[in-house]
Amino acid sequence: MTKNSVDIVVIGGSAGSIPVICELIEALSSPFDFAVVVVIHRSKNVISEMEQILAVKRKEIMVKEPDDKEPIQKNCVYLAPQNYHLLIEETHSFCLDYSEPVSYSRPSIDVTFESIAEIYTEKAVAILLSGANGDGSHGMAEIIARGGIGIVQEPSTAEYPVMPQLSLDANAAAKAWTPAQISAYIHTLNV
Amino acid sequence: MDSQTQLTAEELNEIIQLIYTQHGYDFSDYARSSLLRRVARCMAIAEFKTSYELKYNLINDKSFFAWFLETLTVNVTEMFRDPIFYKELREKVIPTLASYPIIKVWHAGCATGEEVYSMAILLQEAGLLSRTKMYATDLNPVNLERARQGIIPLKLIKEYTTNYIKSGGTNDFSAYYTAQYDNAIIHKQYREGVVFARHNLAVDQVFNEFQLICCRNVMIYFNQELQNRAVHLFHDSLSPLGYLAIGIKESLLFTDIKEQFEAISPLARIYRRKK
Ligand SMILES: C[S@@+](CC[C@H](N)C(=O)[O-])C[C@H]1O[C@@H](n2cnc3c(N)ncnc32)[C@H](O)[C@@H]1O
Repeated sequence: MTKNSVDIVVIGGSAGSIPVICELIEALSSPFDFAVVVVIHRSKNVISEMEQILAVKRKEIMVKEPDDKEPIQKNCVYLAPQNYHLLIEETHSFCLDYSEPVSYSRPSIDVTFESIAEIYTEKAVAILLSGANGDGSHGMAEIIARGGIGIVQEPSTAEYPVMPQLSLDANAAAKAWTPAQISAYIHTLNV
Repeated sequence: MDSQTQLTAEELNEIIQLIYTQHGYDFSDYARSSLLRRVARCMAIAEFKTSYELKYNLINDKSFFAWFLETLTVNVTEMFRDPIFYKELREKVIPTLASYPIIKVWHAGCATGEEVYSMAILLQEAGLLSRTKMYATDLNPVNLERARQGIIPLKLIKEYTTNYIKSGGTNDFSAYYTAQYDNAIIHKQYREGVVFARHNLAVDQVFNEFQLICCRNVMIYFNQELQNRAVHLFHDSLSPLGYLAIGIKESLLFTDIKEQFEAISPLARIYRRKK
């Protein structure tokens, strides 16, 4: 896999994933030649402190919540807004969807992974991190089925191993990597 | 997908075409990614395994379409949804509206009317309701019928009261409705000045001139092209210096007419038409 073949990296995380997400974003060296999309389950009415945490950690990396129909650009980290599903249009722009939660989650990791799989096919990398529910597993299957790369946090390294474990059980082709390995991989995408 | 129902882009196209020819609703410029999910969801609820079943029902069962339309569109709404938006309206928009002898307001995509009553309350508190003409339109006749009635489940009132207070409201919220069994009925004075009518932003035209247009959380279901057309329609329906309010996650930045608007509240997504 050469660096030019990746257009988008999508990271899904739930309980216990925030430190790892920050670590992965640290591993990016700007400018990077792809877009990063982060989907995290957040509690319902908490204003996004996540966005701030991420933004201060790496000042030269822009982290933003996309607006509806915002064109996806490389060298940007996008954070799925709370309470919307984040979808991708054929025109490579975001589409926010206020449909019902899926498996109690909105944003749902499955929904975004599936949408990215459909539009970006083999140019997508999906990374699934710590969490205490079954989200992301079906979406991971779609990413892999469309020729993309599926990476799951090695469950023993996750604060909540349920989510990565379920995904690995369902996806034999997914790689089980530690955060350090995932960071190293992300770093190779830059150079 | 939240269901096992899989639908190809091709099948979706056929369904869009069929809805148009059979029922006259044009969904061809809706955002495909979300429309696909909505249609698949309808199929899952109706327990259809194939798009053939859906098509069959769309053609042969007239009552099915009413259900389908209601289920396809997202109708979720609230009174004083996004309190910050209403706060900004109170502070930045309503005072300037006071200079017009007659104020005309259009709610496009009003759903079941909660946004319209919220606005009526705001205008009443500013002493402007009696000289305001409100138009509330939607694609869906079922929503409009509910909106006309002004009946809100009592269990939602607590949340709406909180929203109202956050929006800067200082009155007793219960002064705006009468409780009856499990419902709150919005007082007549906030409903009677409102014209509820069908208007489809995808095909219908300018019908009046307004000082304020609210089209919140509707264009999010459109593709970029239809969004663009709708914003042109709003521009042409606004008086010079009239206001356009859109949803908190929506933006005019991706339309070709953004230069014709000035953002007066970037946070609450309130824009003003330039002269
Ligand atoms: C989520 S509701 C928004 C309600 C309210 N404006 C709010 O923000 O709470 C979306 C509404 O848009 C309506 N709608 C969808 N497509 C439309 C169109 N082409 N023209 C007019 N209304 C439309 C739907 O019927 C639905 O009632």
